[in-house]
Amino acid sequence: MISQIFTVIHPQGFHARPSKSFAEKAHSFPCQVTLYKGDKQANGKSPLGLLTLGISAGDEIRLEVDGEQEGQAFQELGRMLTQIYEE
Amino acid sequence: MSHLLTGVPASPGIAIAKAYRLDMDESIPPRKEIEDRAAEIQRLKEAVESAKADIDRIRIQTLERLGSQKAEIFEAHLFLLDDPELTDAALARIESEGVCAEFALYEVAAAIMDALRSMDNEMLRERAADVEDITRRVISKLEGREHHALSELSNEAILFAKDLTPSDTAQLNMDYVRGFVTEIGSHTSHSAIMARSLELAAVVGAGTDASHIRTGDTVILDATSGKIIVNPSPNQMEDYSERKRKYEEDVSRMKSYIDRPSLTADGVQVELAGNIGGIDDLEKVLANGADGIGLFRTEFLYMGRSTFPSEEEQYSVYKHVLEKMNGKRVVIRTLDIGGDKELSYMQLPQEMNPFLGLRAIRLCLDREELFRTQLRALLRASAHGKLGIMFPMISILSELREAKRILDEERVRLVQQGVVVSSEFEIGIMIETPAAALAADLLAQEVDFFSIGTNDLIQYTMAADRMNESVSYLYQPHHPVILRIIQLVIQAADRHGKWVGMCGEMAGDASAIPLLLGFGLHEFSMSASSVLPARELLSRLSRQEWSRLAVQTLNMSSQSEVLDFVNDQLRSEAKL
Repeated sequence: MISQIFTVIHPQGFHARPSKSFAEKAHSFPCQVTLYKGDKQANGKSPLGLLTLGISAGDEIRLEVDGEQEGQAFQELGRMLTQIYEE
Repeated sequence: MSHLLTGVPASPGIAIAKAYRLDMDESIPPRKEIEDRAAEIQRLKEAVESAKADIDRIRIQTLERLGSQKAEIFEAHLFLLDDPELTDAALARIESEGVCAEFALYEVAAAIMDALRSMDNEMLRERAADVEDITRRVISKLEGREHHALSELSNEAILFAKDLTPSDTAQLNMDYVRGFVTEIGSHTSHSAIMARSLELAAVVGAGTDASHIRTGDTVILDATSGKIIVNPSPNQMEDYSERKRKYEEDVSRMKSYIDRPSLTADGVQVELAGNIGGIDDLEKVLANGADGIGLFRTEFLYMGRSTFPSEEEQYSVYKHVLEKMNGKRVVIRTLDIGGDKELSYMQLPQEMNPFLGLRAIRLCLDREELFRTQLRALLRASAHGKLGIMFPMISILSELREAKRILDEERVRLVQQGVVVSSEFEIGIMIETPAAALAADLLAQEVDFFSIGTNDLIQYTMAADRMNESVSYLYQPHHPVILRIIQLVIQAADRHGKWVGMCGEMAGDASAIPLLLGFGLHEFSMSASSVLPARELLSRLSRQEWSRLAVQTLNMSSQSEVLDFVNDQLRSEAKL
């Protein structure tokens, strides 16, 4: 299992499109992907899960990956948490 | 009797037409027990597939009409329908509780929408509309109804709705729809964003009063100010027909300046740039055809959070802005904080006079690590465009030398590590203190450019806080004293072949632009919405003529004398 905190910088937070891109990418890995914000958690493979987590710019989000291909998943998903998306 | 409603202007424009009401389905499907759970599961699956086919059709239409970014909303909708938290959860409820598909889906979706609507982030709250849109579509399919059809519209109309879903907005028939009004929503709703790309007049958040407007009512929609006039009087009709004509004429005239160079009547080219406070402002700068960014305030990166932004985060933001500007110059100002602008996670001493205290470059030189992190991010970003690094609040030469020494140390270190750093980036300073202005000839020898920050320069020169009502009369941008300082700075830079910009409010002021041009200012950086009017004004001004006129203002006795002089000149030029 790998786990680390990232700070989200996308100005509008994770709304429909970033959540979709993230969940799609998470879906392509066999490992479990979980995101934590404070005491709330969400399945990283569900865009709705990500939306209901309510991720805003500046939020500190813990990414936890567990299982097969977790190393690569961690790399790619960590980058997606800290990237800026086209509006 | 006419009456007036107001809302949030979401997309500018003026429209006059009959209202057309679009009522949303707000019914809650009743809970029904079903016998054959497997058949009900199959029924929901088929409805979902059929809804997906519709959404895909809208996606393709949107792609053709509005481009791939807007179409992505519908890709997201397709993806949401596959979400384990929605469709799968509804299927599971049918299986476990034996309820009908409509009820199962609605219950699951309602819980998600409630969760989204309770969010602090407005963008995320708005996403409840996405869930509602797809849920209603599937329920319509289950009930064998068509999702309401906007295509039946066959006359010019202004739409009135509680809210417009993304799919409604994407399917608007632009041959007939002249604008829309929603009861809820905000500037960042999908419908508002879409209206701006369609250049359609729109007012959102008009409240429940707007629900009384009926199909067939005559309506004036003034989306430049957020006004809606229902059943207007003949006088109002006449007034607004004229305003509409004038507005449309202005818009098309301004638009003709978007891709034109910023040229004076006598063929001198200057730079009309935009000021930005964050990535959100970029779109407006690009849409208004600015020649670059003359001031990127980096404070937003540091505010509203609990720790300092990392080098990596800053690098992605700076790189993004440079890439978006596609080779046009971007001047990024290093952190201007301290004094009255505080960061909750940074301990700063209480000061008697924050404006005369530890702020901007003074603070950065005091907290070197903070400064070095930002400089490294800027240096790395320099490889992605045309960057100007600008230090704020320089008073004396040694501060500039110290800042440059630290910048160069970081540059050398990065290069040694094999990181690509542009050799072309420029270094400049803000001229905000009278000390810097008076030493401009010395400072000019050690920078590539100056940018005059008039807001602070005026306050420090007049020793008056413009927020303090008792002394704010001293805040006079057109006062000959201020004009003398500006001229002094530009002349000093000119002698050393350096360019001078201005990034205070004065740079976009129509009665200051002729004088600044006359003194030889090279770059005018302003809010994005001022760029096109400034370019239009510029095209009517002769620099040669104004360099003669501007000098005359230096010996005038007051700001009002200067303003009268400038306005008289502009009026007589307009008559010629």
